[in-house]
Amino acid sequence: MTLALEHRQVNAIRQHGEADYPAEACGLIGGTVEDGRKVAVLLVPLVNRRTDSARNRYLIDPESFRRAQEKLDRDGLQVIGVYHSHPDHPPTPSAFDREHAWPWLSYLILGVARGRAGEIKSWTLSQDRAAFAEEPITIEERKVVWQ
Amino acid sequence: MAVTVLIPTPLRPFVGGRDAVQVEAGSIGELLDRLSGEHTALRQHLFADDGRLRSFVNVYVNDRDIRQLSQQQTPVRPGDTVSIIPSIAGGTAVAEALPKLSHEEILRYSRHLILPDVGLEGQRKLKAARVLLVGAGGLGSPAALYLAAAGVGTIGLVDFDVVDKTNLQRQIIHGTSTVGQPKLESATERIRDLNPNVRVEPFETRLTSGNALDIIREFDIVADGTDNFPTRYLVNDACVLLGKPNVYGSIFRFEGQASVFYAAHGPCYRCLYSEPPPPGLVPSCAEGGVLGVLPGIIGSIQALETIKLILGTGDPLIGRLVLFDALKLQFRELKLEKDPDCPLCGRHPSVTELIDYEAFCGIGSEPSYDGAEITAQELKGEWDRNPDLLVIDVREPHEYEIAHIDGALLIPLGQLPDRLGELDGHREVVTHCHHGARSLKALEILKAAGFSKVRSLRGGIDAWAVNVDPSLPRY
Repeated sequence: MTLALEHRQVNAIRQHGEADYPAEACGLIGGTVEDGRKVAVLLVPLVNRRTDSARNRYLIDPESFRRAQEKLDRDGLQVIGVYHSHPDHPPTPSAFDREHAWPWLSYLILGVARGRAGEIKSWTLSQDRAAFAEEPITIEERKVVWQ
Repeated sequence: MAVTVLIPTPLRPFVGGRDAVQVEAGSIGELLDRLSGEHTALRQHLFADDGRLRSFVNVYVNDRDIRQLSQQQTPVRPGDTVSIIPSIAGGTAVAEALPKLSHEEILRYSRHLILPDVGLEGQRKLKAARVLLVGAGGLGSPAALYLAAAGVGTIGLVDFDVVDKTNLQRQIIHGTSTVGQPKLESATERIRDLNPNVRVEPFETRLTSGNALDIIREFDIVADGTDNFPTRYLVNDACVLLGKPNVYGSIFRFEGQASVFYAAHGPCYRCLYSEPPPPGLVPSCAEGGVLGVLPGIIGSIQALETIKLILGTGDPLIGRLVLFDALKLQFRELKLEKDPDCPLCGRHPSVTELIDYEAFCGIGSEPSYDGAEITAQELKGEWDRNPDLLVIDVREPHEYEIAHIDGALLIPLGQLPDRLGELDGHREVVTHCHHGARSLKALEILKAAGFSKVRSLRGGIDAWAVNVDPSLPRY
């Protein structure tokens, strides 16, 4: 699948990654599935719950996930992905990311080098959990449609 | 009627795209078994290879986590709603960067390694951890010993004191053979013997506003074992400014306190005590005494909380203050809230750098006692020439019992204001106590009451025992 993001969403993720540097920033991506694409509508930035090593780990606890999901449900959206930053590391999933990954979700990773946001890439877990495959991202301007 | 299972989006493709399915089952274990039996592709995402539920799969029965109920034995009834809720974790590739354990370490830590909550990864986290202990005294002793034994890779120690015999009643990292040695040397020796895998980084200095940020910056967690307010505020402020957790403990006589101050996740020490007590109000352990076992208990709690933070396991003592009463053997717990107006970690902080903590705690602004003190030798000479001189011992009766100066009149400091009538205002008076602090307070009380010829014995009965009467025991 392709993940469709808007410019302002990418900018918001970049800013979140820079603001939380050197800790890992994380959040959920709410959206819809349209024509075989995951379309991001709403970002839910979350507090990284790891107290031990926030520099290289992030955790979205089930309560935060539940609250975010309820909020998205009300807007007719679903959790389509997760974003997190890799401070001073490239935006490729680690073995730890894969061990803890959920299928289907888009794992959007932002590299933040010395406090500056860098490359952003999206990944999805293979059906057999063996590997992450890079997922194409499209960044577009959303046109407001008046009804 | 069956149990309704709510399916989170990532798992919906495995159950035909549905957001809820109905399952007949009597327990969670049975329910998950049926569910993954019907939808076989689901199994690998819910269960690890060893058959256990994956750590990031959370199951709720009607809004309650099964971890708080009976895990997979939790019963379910028709009409119940079961939710599968993901927790989502990940991070950069440092699991690979954690240090490896040698065969010797694997054997040494075997009782940790077989605990699922520690395991190999947890033990490697402990090895990678850098913990700073401020003070190698009553609290620092058990904390350092347990952290070293647990395999914390690097322990920083800040202390500038020398081991004194009176320390040994509670500071169990030191020994009779190391009396007179710097505490850092004595503690390092003991840690090396306990666990040679631990690297000790000594800082033989007083922690000050000038060096605190540079020292603390290099560590992950700070355990505060200080016995005075200026350093306690200094440690707190430096930790908040650097974003480090501060594992706090304090003790007095038979009571102790502990908490974890971590401004990113809860309150700091200033949220609890925005200002220090006036100087002299809270006596130190040297003045008030302390039961030797007490710092063993509180310092061990500090070691425990430090280890929990490193492992990321359990409920940390963030936002909670534990009060321990040794005589009643009672633990009480107070909830601590973050103060939104905290001058340090609140919404609009006014403290943005380290300050002068001695001045903040009102120390150094005490009146000068020039000429108001007398040495032990001078007192001996004057008293011999003038037997009419009145020496008042302002200590407590149980201290008097340990040792006293013959001919001195015992009036405990607390009783002095009410017993002024017993004293002749025309006589020359010398007050004394244990080390010379309380006797200065007594001097002020007497001066304020109109006694003109009052002095205080510098160094107290301790100086008298050293310089005048060696037959007295020191304590």
